[in-house]
Amino acid sequence: MIKTEKERQATEMSYDKYDFRYDTNDYQIIFNRGLNKDVVKEISRIKNEPEWMTEFRLKGLKSFFEKPMPQWGANLNDINFDNIIYYMKPSDTNKKNWDDVPSYVKETFDKLGIPEAERKFLAGVGGQIDSEVIYHNVKKEFEEKGIVFLSMDEGLKQYPELVKKYFGTVIPYNDNKFAALNTATWSGGSYVYIPKNVKVDLPLQAYFRINAADFGQFERTLIIADEGSQVSYLEGCTAPRYSSESLHSAVVEIIALPGSKVQYITIQNWASNIYNLVTKRAFAYKDASVYWIDCNLGSKVTMKYPSIYLLEEGARGEVLSVAFAGNGQHQDAGAKIIHVAPNTTSTITSKSISKSSGRATYRGLLKVYPNAKNIKSSVKCDALLIDKESRTDTYPTIEIEEPDATVTHEATVGKIGEDQIFYLTSRGLSEAEATTLIVLGFVQPFTKSLPMEYAVEFNRLIELEMEGSVG
Amino acid sequence: MYGEIKMTTLEIKDLNVSIKDKEIVKGLSLKVKQGEVHALMGPNGSGKSTLSFAIMGHPRYQIKNGSILIDNESILGTSPDERAKKGLFLSFQYPSEIPGVKYSNFLRLALNSLRKAKSLEPVSVIDFHKMFKEQIKNLGIDDSFASRYLNEGFSGGEKKRSEILQLSILKPNIAILDETDSGLDIDALRIVAENINRLAKEENIGVLIITHYQRILRHLHPDFVHVMVDGKIVKSGGKKLAEELEEKGYSDYVKEVIAE
Repeated sequence: MIKTEKERQATEMSYDKYDFRYDTNDYQIIFNRGLNKDVVKEISRIKNEPEWMTEFRLKGLKSFFEKPMPQWGANLNDINFDNIIYYMKPSDTNKKNWDDVPSYVKETFDKLGIPEAERKFLAGVGGQIDSEVIYHNVKKEFEEKGIVFLSMDEGLKQYPELVKKYFGTVIPYNDNKFAALNTATWSGGSYVYIPKNVKVDLPLQAYFRINAADFGQFERTLIIADEGSQVSYLEGCTAPRYSSESLHSAVVEIIALPGSKVQYITIQNWASNIYNLVTKRAFAYKDASVYWIDCNLGSKVTMKYPSIYLLEEGARGEVLSVAFAGNGQHQDAGAKIIHVAPNTTSTITSKSISKSSGRATYRGLLKVYPNAKNIKSSVKCDALLIDKESRTDTYPTIEIEEPDATVTHEATVGKIGEDQIFYLTSRGLSEAEATTLIVLGFVQPFTKSLPMEYAVEFNRLIELEMEGSVG
Repeated sequence: MYGEIKMTTLEIKDLNVSIKDKEIVKGLSLKVKQGEVHALMGPNGSGKSTLSFAIMGHPRYQIKNGSILIDNESILGTSPDERAKKGLFLSFQYPSEIPGVKYSNFLRLALNSLRKAKSLEPVSVIDFHKMFKEQIKNLGIDDSFASRYLNEGFSGGEKKRSEILQLSILKPNIAILDETDSGLDIDALRIVAENINRLAKEENIGVLIITHYQRILRHLHPDFVHVMVDGKIVKSGGKKLAEELEEKGYSDYVKEVIAE
């Protein structure tokens, strides 16, 4: 868990790995700022969408305008929807061959280590810059098994029936203000279909990159795991640092059909001026399992509560999340589990770290419907405060309407102990090294559930966040 | 044959230590050289552990008077890691638990921090592993130790062995061992004492063992014995003093101090 010397040297490099940008002069399309019906229709027209999708978008837009800004969580009042650019197309999209990708896109992905990762340990990869997926590829052996991993736009073109059947069914167009916004303006994201009884033993990865300033990225992902199938999907998100704010508002829908297993891992490290307002939800049917593994680093404000509806018997849901709230950041994150059917099980494990003026909020819901007999659930939230200025809050809502339920709930708030620091520093570690080590130990239950490559990167990101935290 | 080898000396002069303005150590002086074994003995509450924390630089312990020197240079005001880099080591009576941090990773990180301060190359994972295996064998520690979390769920005896394991790998110049003998059964006590003897001799480590029992001194043969009562050293001597204490206990010295 502690870095090797090689990783250490990498650590000593700066955050600049993510903080690079390309100018947008060569972009093929850049919309004017602001949002109205014409903007939405134009997005749909450019994408040559079927009429039902255009209509669906417009329903989303209407709902977005009608819904007030949510006031129950983080402060969102500074978002100026009129100042945002809702669609930007950097270049020709959806290249399958790396050689056809424009050079600045190649450079972007090279810097983020994507081609290397693809060669080494991925079954397929997609890379999105601003509104569009630029590069997309699935290894042949997996394609031959019938696995579909496309950009959402391409998915709609190639599989209109399945998309129409499932799109917007897990998260309705009017679910919340930001899901409505995404419904109206969505572009990019992934469409994944895993056929019956097919197990994908390597992860699929999507990479979302915001390049432009004052931009809104609204990717839309739909994952359908057919009966008895198994898939692990990873997403990584980054952006350069600008002085003005950008908006990232994704919608992710997962349909886990009977007996399937879906793991969805997010490693996001947004620049500190991004509003990250994401709706993620899964439906788990008979004996299906859904795992959300969610890492929230960076951003100005994050509001994200991955949800699992356990709809039929034997379904299992698990959410494991980590949030790191650094200076000026508010991570309002958590999980929702809804036990609709009997004999379903769930666990929520949430870890948060607050540093400087950072604020981490755990907001969760555990709901058990009447007659959902013999359910088991455990919720555990641990918060760690690094210093006196940092803040943490917990809002664990539990609604149980079935007396038979077995539910445990545990919440802890910890500070780094003076004696722990003394012990570690007495062995030769500096106070900063000791603090970082304690933080890495605190998130270890999370780290160990990540694939190795991601665990290394995750620890590196935590170390970067911890830099300069002492003295 | 080796030319002149630098021998480190820890010197404590007229030291007064307070916690929350309560004076615990009251004018104590002591000198420990590399290669020497000292036993600091005394009843509970005499200020032995306070002294050890103060030497290592715990921020809660205030030095009101006196000095702590390493090779004639004051270390007051320096951080615990700077003291470690000057060759000091403290074996804790109650080591802190650090959840989620693997024992071997922590120890390798600590070793490499100390090596870096000496401008030495870091020890690789493989070399560290060899070193670790050899030392756990000496101490009769199970292989699984490497991947356990630091001090988490360790039994009393495991904690003590673990502290000596760290000593054997970090190889300081001067080691303060705070109640290393408490909570050990007879066999464990013998193994731990043998290892301390070996390390003192082979690695030329100066040892200050702090204890209120005499029994470890049957296995560990101190060159110097000091009796500490009420924040002060009231008597110093050689091995004979330890034997005398074993026969009579501390009562004579305690009475003496109270009578004052």
